[in-house]
Amino acid sequence: MATPLDDAALFRRIEDFLTRCIHCIDDDRLEEWPDFFTERCRYKIISRENHDRGLPLGVMECDSRGMLKDRIASLRRANVYEPHTYRHQISALQVEPLDGGAFACRSNYLVVRTMTGGAMSIFSTGRYLDRIVAEGDDLRFEERLVVFESRQVETLLVIPL
Amino acid sequence: MERSADLISWPPEGVTRVPYAVFSDPELYQREQERIFRGPTWHFLALEIELPETGSFKTARIGDTPVIVVRDGDGAVNAMVNRCAHKGAMICFEPCGKRENFTCVYHSWTYDLKGNLTTVAFRRGINGKGGMPEDFELGDHGLERLRVERFHGLVFATFSETAPPLTEYLGPEMVANIERLFDRPIELLGYHHQPMDNNWKLYAENVRDPYHATLLHTFFGTFRLNTLTMDGGITIGRDGWHHISYSKMATERHKGEYDGLRSVVQDFGLADPSLIASRPERNDGITLAIQTIFPTCIVQQISNSLAVRWLVPLGPDRCELHWALFGYRDDDAEMRAMRLKQSNLVGPAGLVSMEDGLVGELVMRGVAGDGAATSVIEMGGRDVRSTENSRATETSVRGFWHGYRALMDL
Repeated sequence: MATPLDDAALFRRIEDFLTRCIHCIDDDRLEEWPDFFTERCRYKIISRENHDRGLPLGVMECDSRGMLKDRIASLRRANVYEPHTYRHQISALQVEPLDGGAFACRSNYLVVRTMTGGAMSIFSTGRYLDRIVAEGDDLRFEERLVVFESRQVETLLVIPL
Repeated sequence: MERSADLISWPPEGVTRVPYAVFSDPELYQREQERIFRGPTWHFLALEIELPETGSFKTARIGDTPVIVVRDGDGAVNAMVNRCAHKGAMICFEPCGKRENFTCVYHSWTYDLKGNLTTVAFRRGINGKGGMPEDFELGDHGLERLRVERFHGLVFATFSETAPPLTEYLGPEMVANIERLFDRPIELLGYHHQPMDNNWKLYAENVRDPYHATLLHTFFGTFRLNTLTMDGGITIGRDGWHHISYSKMATERHKGEYDGLRSVVQDFGLADPSLIASRPERNDGITLAIQTIFPTCIVQQISNSLAVRWLVPLGPDRCELHWALFGYRDDDAEMRAMRLKQSNLVGPAGLVSMEDGLVGELVMRGVAGDGAATSVIEMGGRDVRSTENSRATETSVRGFWHGYRALMDL
């Protein structure tokens, strides 16, 4: 990254924002998850294979908070899957201030998936490439690009990463 | 040759009963490698746009066998077993790329883009000692080559000398749908790769089964993307080996058939309906067409979401589904964005397809340890034939088993 953020308090604030977002997912408070995004936003989960080759296809691609809400509503009411939970680990955060008060953030993630029957597996690892803006007193994702490392998605992906 | 009757006994009811042992038996799996994957069948390997230049290659598998598909200097596309003739090492382990030739890393045996062995390291020995025998002929030790045919930008291959030519294998109905969807240059949008803990044939059944489509995949029915009350039908190809299931969204005539079923949640509306915005692309009114090409290739049109999928077995109890989604080179920006947005419907996180990854695993667990028990496949009758105006049928599933039994001699 070009210019790292030279403001420890702001860095902590961004780190706290990212942490609250993964706790929201891992604690199954998914109805709150779209509120981490701006109304017009981009949330995309894409394989490293497609990303590196310049192929635009993602496994999940939303461009509004409404679409994120639809994903959660569908997960709760329409889709059928074996119940499971995630536990995220995030690390290696870098923050770069952008013009106009936004921040480009990069971090690594690891998601362990636990099925209700007890089986655990490393379901996904990769990087978050975020564009974060201040909205009122809080921060929001204007863009969250999730680039997962393996080209495979085991069986199905329903809970957002 | 060993009689397959020794391996399994098929119920006298025929294709309306499938003994669950076919989903787990390791000996049957070995027989499938010989009779189906190396038998008189054609296998999708690549889109020609994946092989744009001389030396462009892609690695794939036909059954358990690794293969390389590559464009040579004459513009032809060749497919070879990805295995050095010397000691059997895979000579190429990248998924795709561009090469002038293929050199085995183990002992540097080198093959050209047609699979001919061109050099053997230290062939004449070192300082006059060692080396290959005088009568060793490079020409006798090329890579094993497959028959390749290209059709409208799709590359297929077969191990078989006796398989009919590709278009004859496909038959006129399957040819027509490929001509319909590949009528102009395509653009690759990207891949999905989805391993599943189930026998490959459970996905082969699933994708031929329009009966489940609106019952398991509730997103579909809820938003009226596809219900069995729309006009549609099943076209059977080559005695049931292949099929097309199609429907026309503009013809919805729902009269209460879905009342009370889980798939219809009446108050479920989309906060952002741009997800399912679509644009008609052809005059035939067909908004959904799922085509299977025996044994493991699928061509998909779901609204404007277009894909080729291919299934690779990974042992009796695991398989991997690959998807290549595409649009057309002349798509405008809005059309391209629409296709990408609709891709939320398909793939491993697809709002209407994710459950297909689940049900195969549910069946595997359900039938474990009871190989002599059978399924019951009688929806729409007991025969295999095309139907118009009804997709409440499993005729194409029976068709798959018809082809399977013929090849497997079961």
